[in-house]
Amino acid sequence: MSAVTADPALLDVRSLSVVFDGPGGEVRAVDDVSFAIARGEKFALVGESGSGKTQTALALLRLNGDARVGGRIAFDGRDLTEASERELRGVRGRDIAMIFQEPMTALNPLYTVGDQIGETVVVHEGATRAAARARAIELLDLTGIPEPQRRVDSYPHQLSGGQRQRAMIAMALACSPSLLVADEPTTALDVTIQQQIVDLLDDLQRKLRMSVLLITHDLPLVRRFADRVGVMRNGRLLEVAPTAQLFSAPADPYTRRLIDSRPRRALDPVGPDAPELIRGERIGCRYWLRAGWFGRKPFDAVRDVDLTVRRGETLGVVGESGSGKTTLGMALLRLAAGEVSGAIGFDGERLDGRPQSVLRPLRRRMQVVFQDPYNALSPRMTVEQIVGEGLELHRPDLDRDRRREAIVAMLGEVGLDPSALARYPHEFSGGQRQRIAIARAAIVLTHGDRALPIAGRTDPTGSGALLLLDEPTSALDVSVQQQVLELLCSLQRKYGLSYVFITHDLAVIRAMAHRVIVMKDGVVVESGDTDALFDHPRADYTRALLAAADG
Amino acid sequence: MSALPLPGGPAPVDGGLAAPSAAPSVSPAQRAWRRFRADRRGWWSLWIFGTLVVLSLFAELLSNDRPIVAHYQGKTFFPLWDTVPETAFGGDFATPTDYLDPFIREQFAKPGNWAIYPPNPYRFDTINYFAPSPNPAAPSSVNVLGTDDRGRDVLARLIYGFRVSVLFGLALTAIGVVIGVITGAIQGYFGGRIDLAFQRFIEIWGSMPELYLLLIFASLFEPGVLILLVILSLFGWMGLSDYVRAEFLRNRNLEYVTAARALGLSSWQIIRRHVLPNSLTPVIAFLPFRMSGAILALTSLDFLGLGVPPSTASLGELLAQGKANLDAWWITLSTFAVLVGTLMLLIFIGEALRTALDTRRG
Repeated sequence: MSAVTADPALLDVRSLSVVFDGPGGEVRAVDDVSFAIARGEKFALVGESGSGKTQTALALLRLNGDARVGGRIAFDGRDLTEASERELRGVRGRDIAMIFQEPMTALNPLYTVGDQIGETVVVHEGATRAAARARAIELLDLTGIPEPQRRVDSYPHQLSGGQRQRAMIAMALACSPSLLVADEPTTALDVTIQQQIVDLLDDLQRKLRMSVLLITHDLPLVRRFADRVGVMRNGRLLEVAPTAQLFSAPADPYTRRLIDSRPRRALDPVGPDAPELIRGERIGCRYWLRAGWFGRKPFDAVRDVDLTVRRGETLGVVGESGSGKTTLGMALLRLAAGEVSGAIGFDGERLDGRPQSVLRPLRRRMQVVFQDPYNALSPRMTVEQIVGEGLELHRPDLDRDRRREAIVAMLGEVGLDPSALARYPHEFSGGQRQRIAIARAAIVLTHGDRALPIAGRTDPTGSGALLLLDEPTSALDVSVQQQVLELLCSLQRKYGLSYVFITHDLAVIRAMAHRVIVMKDGVVVESGDTDALFDHPRADYTRALLAAADG
Repeated sequence: MSALPLPGGPAPVDGGLAAPSAAPSVSPAQRAWRRFRADRRGWWSLWIFGTLVVLSLFAELLSNDRPIVAHYQGKTFFPLWDTVPETAFGGDFATPTDYLDPFIREQFAKPGNWAIYPPNPYRFDTINYFAPSPNPAAPSSVNVLGTDDRGRDVLARLIYGFRVSVLFGLALTAIGVVIGVITGAIQGYFGGRIDLAFQRFIEIWGSMPELYLLLIFASLFEPGVLILLVILSLFGWMGLSDYVRAEFLRNRNLEYVTAARALGLSSWQIIRRHVLPNSLTPVIAFLPFRMSGAILALTSLDFLGLGVPPSTASLGELLAQGKANLDAWWITLSTFAVLVGTLMLLIFIGEALRTALDTRRG
């Protein structure tokens, strides 16, 4: 742990509350939160979505818009709650700086990176444009962007995600703030980049001797970075403790649950004689990009991927964003927009080169669940309509009541009450929506309840069914994530489903997959049994991924 | 529906996140409707506008030169529906009765005879041959809002003109929406070459000189409401089509559309059930504005003399008369008031709709 000086706290927050006036009365986003950050200390606020951690950070600089902020915020001996808007403007950016989660939207696309970094210096220190530019170059260099002289004139879209986040950090550091508030600074980044950004923050904090308030839901990140941790839930601060103590002996049961909610392996082994369900040979997916006025140039999102999935088996596909893992999944199910090449066989039937109308009857045996539970459900349909749609299509023999019976049964299996039937997606939380999305796919794969008579077949998935899971838990909070993973495991066990599980999260893949393929830039870098691959990675890239994930 | 709490019981509760309330569910459309009703100005405007439109549909009963019921020498007549010759009321000729004739009025005033006239005893094309003052006549007890330069009652022309304008606006909007949604949907959903070809077609079509075409057609055909409707519809769908296309381009990439494809739904089923309902927001928000635009277009064309024939009641024709007879202030002023009132009501409704459909709200 870094040295914490004995000075009085740099930031002292006492009974902070943030209240919004909603249509149904007031909503207390933050309720009676008190904590202090010492000079040079790295403090982390951890919580799931809706816990009020971001609102707490915004309240420090009174950036919460039309919320009512109560309590006392003392910064460097000054009372920020009493400060006028004008005085606060002097504090923002100069004494307390912020970096945000989404580096694309937090940078103005119309100005160069250098302009935006220099702006803070011009505003707060009255520097000339030339001096501001020199400072911008210096800061970009400090944050480790290569060729800062050239990058200073780049626009945000010309930088990669990691570089943008570095530029954001440079912007925040422009006036050497004494407190840096980092709101989920790595959430939108790939694991290997995350690692670099955390190292950078750590390094800068030591060099510049500032305090850092880190807002995150990522416990491994907190463990690696913070000196002290506060755990928030439903707007309240449950406990504050030094990092090592919090992780070894959490005082609050909720904290313990959070720490324990790392994915656990609950897989049934697949028998050696399990038949093969889907086989892909030399799968490729090519998009045509525009080049010049009339020219086109090919871009291979996926190249020469071989894979097989057996009955009841989960194949994990790991890779960073842009590695082609989602395109591969879409190509397998013949849903990709690009030109798909290679051979795909599903239970003896060729999928490649067949028109969609021929594939339609097969769709009942291959389904998909997506990452974003907010976009995956049509907002104008009830849960009954959403879940029942596929059943209606593939089982026209069921009448309305039988269909409803099957829907209720499936909702029960994914852990939802029958009263969900007439509700709309906006009434559910992210985890519940993901359950609905799983129910929509699973009901088609299993043809509703086993008890229902199914034409000519006794075992619902007798000949096997494939579910493509594209980052199904990435948008969910950790505790919910574990529940959804358990649900997927139990469905697999009960119906003998095969999964193709796409994710960037190595912990999830380790818990869920029998076999793994690692992808980078559209090609498979390494593949093998999960345990063997995790314990003895052969490819350098796999090793780098594992190192980044472990910290 | 049942009001069971959600999701309780043995089911795992997701991280203690706020569970939906137990109140009955409302669909997004119902929520938008509630927000619309909460906007008092828009809600009242809709009521007033709706009432005026319904009333104007019964214009024949409100403003007509024939009595609704007449009783003459023990016999009852319904002149609104039957043409009664003057001889039936003691006149000399077998011509249709002119009920504004003082002689006929005297006949009905005799004991035992009576007639119930509509509140405003003129039709839009009635010429009062017995008017006490020269045309155009200022407002008086005979003509509440005066007459135009041909002696026709201004109030009657306003009532009928309002009806023509609104019905025309409704028809033009409906046709524009149907064409715009269909073409926008085709472009947006299929994209690629179809989209490209359609976009070029729209560019060419949109650069046609609409006004000159109107002038040419007005000289080729008998000018009338129908021909105006056809010509304006030919050009009126493009703006909306662009909006629907953009919405489709956005929505077809959302995951629930891919999920629907994975379920095996056909393109037509996906468009109808998933993409279309979620793409109609700009269409609905624009309806009142499109309607006010249509009314204004008809009025301007009539004002220029390119619109409906002069025998049809029309607000534009009244405005033109007001311009030709500047001293007859009652023509200009009353028409102006009706036009501004109509457009304002529509704009208020449109603004309320737009706020109600704003998904960032509750």
